[in-house]
Amino acid sequence: MSDALSLTAAAAAARIRAGELDPSELWHGYRERAAADRHNAYVWVAPDGDAPGVDPAAPLAGVPVAVKDLFCTEGVPSQAGSKILEGYRPPYTATSVERLTGAGAPLLAKTNQDEFAMGSSTENSAYGPTLNPWDPARVPGGSSGGSAAAVAAGSAPWAIGTDTGGSIRQPAALCGIVGLKPTYGAVSRYGMIAFASSLDQAGTFTRDVTDAALLLGAMAGKDPCDSTSVGLPGPIELPSRADLRGVRLGVPEELTGEGIEPGVLAAFERTLDVARELGATVEPFRLPHAPHALAAYYLIAPAEASSNLARYDGVRYGFRADGVRDLLHMYTETREQGFGREVKRRIMLGTYALSSGYYDAYYGRAQKVRTLISDDFKAAWERFDFVATPTAPTVAFELGAKTADPLAMYLNDFCTVPMSLAGIPGISIPNGLSDGLPVGFQLAGPAFSENALLDAACALERAIDFRDAPWRRG
Amino acid sequence: MLSRDQVLHVARLARLELSEDEQRQMSEELSKVLDHIERIGELGDLADVEPTSHVIAVENALRADEPRPCLPPEVALASAPEADMGGFRVPSPGPAPA
Repeated sequence: MSDALSLTAAAAAARIRAGELDPSELWHGYRERAAADRHNAYVWVAPDGDAPGVDPAAPLAGVPVAVKDLFCTEGVPSQAGSKILEGYRPPYTATSVERLTGAGAPLLAKTNQDEFAMGSSTENSAYGPTLNPWDPARVPGGSSGGSAAAVAAGSAPWAIGTDTGGSIRQPAALCGIVGLKPTYGAVSRYGMIAFASSLDQAGTFTRDVTDAALLLGAMAGKDPCDSTSVGLPGPIELPSRADLRGVRLGVPEELTGEGIEPGVLAAFERTLDVARELGATVEPFRLPHAPHALAAYYLIAPAEASSNLARYDGVRYGFRADGVRDLLHMYTETREQGFGREVKRRIMLGTYALSSGYYDAYYGRAQKVRTLISDDFKAAWERFDFVATPTAPTVAFELGAKTADPLAMYLNDFCTVPMSLAGIPGISIPNGLSDGLPVGFQLAGPAFSENALLDAACALERAIDFRDAPWRRG
Repeated sequence: MLSRDQVLHVARLARLELSEDEQRQMSEELSKVLDHIERIGELGDLADVEPTSHVIAVENALRADEPRPCLPPEVALASAPEADMGGFRVPSPGPAPA
């Protein structure tokens, strides 16, 4: 069985379809691994018992999937890493999860995350931090750190998460796996517990780029329950490209210099050489407003969060504080006791940015900067097919290293936030080690360029031939 | 720098009851973050720039106005901290203002 557990999901699905692998054996193998996980990657694992019935002819052929806690799953705890949702079992399931189970991927487990997806280390979970499978003294990144750690450790074949400012790409980089954030609107947000609605987008954590294509293809699509969803213009093809002939890569000077660790930059430069050997042209260019992206993001995202999180009032679901005097006191005490520190910080920041007298200078201005950043990318697409950057400025850092300094934590998102603000797809693939820890390479493309982006990432992945990930060790 | 009074005002708007310690920390931490955020002031006059609230062009997303089943009341109430008489039970809003 450990043989089957070291296969990529696409390879396992092919074996199931060929009748060479029993999907219930695969289920039990992964379920046992997930139940025995030592990284606190999971907040819920499917109970022991009969394997769910699956159709081997379905697109995902019975390969089970781990799902970030903030996706609502009917009857299964969905707490978004927060005490304020303690014990919450939603009465419905998120569209993206329904599509995956409908395509033949049963729900294996729910994964740990930063509370309401606010964080870059998964240390802000009310259910304890997740540890990085490469080194348990280090963080897996965040906010989808549980999904990243689960896939990196090999206790799940693949997983889904959400990315608001980097929450898929950065943990994928810090855990040495592939993380894909699709174009905003490609995947329905219905049933995703909201952080910042104009930025939140579901995506994939996988062992390789082919698995990312397979999982995204099953998950994407327009949904009448999410009027901002648009789906993808055509089906996702499994990537097959082995070269990059004719591909033009742009390297933004603003995201590849100051603030990036030398080991990360060295790996980045090596991958650019690989891209050139594969036939790509690589040219530096300017994304002039990128240095202001983080500031705009930390106004827009908290502002939207402060509004989204107003719904947690102790009335309809989740936690309610005891011993309250009256209705208003119930609201304030429930929120005081139910929210963690980072969430309160962002609610405060967002409320301040939206408050009378500050709206124009902060939130209004941030939305204009968002336009400027989108325009920077539009100009880039006149000259380039893709933009390449390191995914995160550092490798995985030690637990506790940045918890006392919010700004230092926020700077982790430096290379991923501009793409989020522009709503464009980005993928992180492992491209080497620095001090024994994995480094991620980010490739971003125009909106709805997923097929071309996956193809290019696939060609790079084959040439880089990264073989160190813990999941390979079985 | 955010003063303690500003922190208290924003906390009241956000329906957060912050402890003394939290008020002090919040004022320090938010001030530091705001120092970074103030950098968007460096970009000068943006009067001619349109704001972006939604990044992918979507025009009136309409769906057919057809009735469909919704959650039965007992299911909708099942997660409530306190439910009674087919509704969500909450503490009294307190005495009417004098």
